[in-house]
Amino acid sequence: MCLAIPARVTELLDGDQARIELSGVHKVVSIALVEEVAVGDYLIVHVGFAIGKLDPDEAAQTLALFAQMGSSVDPATLI
Amino acid sequence: MKYVDEFRDGELARALANAIAKAADPARTYRLMEFCGGHTHAISRYGLLDLLPPNVRMIHGPGCPVCVLPIGRIDSAIALATQHDVILCTYADTMRVPASGGLSLFKAKAQGADIRMVYSCDDALRIAQENPSREVVFFAIGFETTTPPTAAIILQAARLNLTNFSVFCNHVLTPAAMVHIMESEQDPAAVAIDGFVGPAHVSTVIGSAPYEAFVARYQRPVVIAGFEPLDVIQSILMLVLQINEGRAEVENEFTRAVTREGNRKAQAMCGQVFEMRESFDWRGLGEVPYSALKIRPEFAQFDAELRYQIAYLQVPDHKACECAAILRGHKRPTDCKVFGTVCTPDHPIGACMVSSEGACAAHYTYGRFRVV
Repeated sequence: MCLAIPARVTELLDGDQARIELSGVHKVVSIALVEEVAVGDYLIVHVGFAIGKLDPDEAAQTLALFAQMGSSVDPATLI
Repeated sequence: MKYVDEFRDGELARALANAIAKAADPARTYRLMEFCGGHTHAISRYGLLDLLPPNVRMIHGPGCPVCVLPIGRIDSAIALATQHDVILCTYADTMRVPASGGLSLFKAKAQGADIRMVYSCDDALRIAQENPSREVVFFAIGFETTTPPTAAIILQAARLNLTNFSVFCNHVLTPAAMVHIMESEQDPAAVAIDGFVGPAHVSTVIGSAPYEAFVARYQRPVVIAGFEPLDVIQSILMLVLQINEGRAEVENEFTRAVTREGNRKAQAMCGQVFEMRESFDWRGLGEVPYSALKIRPEFAQFDAELRYQIAYLQVPDHKACECAAILRGHKRPTDCKVFGTVCTPDHPIGACMVSSEGACAAHYTYGRFRVV
């Protein structure tokens, strides 16, 4: 119920709905709870409703931080 | 899968775990509670405990919506389907939770009650539209993640002027439960938890701001983490570093989905439909003040509790079940005598064995052969 993974918007539909794709699975979900959804956005979907959008820049920064943390000798210097 | 696979890199996970091992002070123990069942599941599924040094201990929290729902609430849902002859729509997770009299929603369904599993609460609304001659009740459970969808369908039902649809609301609140855990001792400073891994998707909705008062009051760091294994390990590292430095702050590891203010639109819809309950009975925690929501009087026609005069009756848990102590972080699944013997995911005695997010189910499925 709480394990949701980001799904990509492939088509915007009428009635606050969008078609999403995840690993080849397509599904129609409600976008009534989020603002300004565009095709190509990644949404966090719970029980058939998008509850948030994923920020690609922040995702890239987090991955860069992991790489930096993982390669560092002294983690205390990374904060 | 984009935004999934790159957050599951095993090599990076080991590197981050090494950073934790280097940062962790061998002279002390780090007792960290992952509040959310989604994190409990990730920790077990990806074997993260095996990557952590022995003095960094993870304590499973009560953030599993199925686990914290007390027997009396399931009994009420069964009564709706059996005594009031409604079509009861529910998320699948609640179906196997043991209720009174050896019943569960599954068994009630097998005995002829019209209970239907839905993926989305939208489906419950559709079933009400397709069956105008029947009363349809949606059994709404969950934390702040599943609350906005419930608000959305109540608003939709009001727009459609549906007269045969109502909601049995059992939505609960995360920050209130965290406060309750800290207030469980006479002196909050004595609570044996050094920091919290904050929930991922709950925080997507509520934002990181609601944890600020908690952190200031109880001086325990909270790091909001995503659900992927690298997110969890990184958040553990951030907690260890905060504890080492004597800091207690809200930090956000899950910046790709969580902002300080959260999802304002979802919050506004919830505020329109729901108000605070003065108190709610949680399995494992007991009565927790201002920890749950009820439907506002403006939407009373959609409130199943009023419509069917549901009176809540508290029912004690199974005597052998240690769910209550496990939910509070006082015991581990393996401390329970019936764990893995009488109580298994196929035949759960307690709620923690029902949902894949429950501490016992996660440990049984992924961790029971670990050398503890």
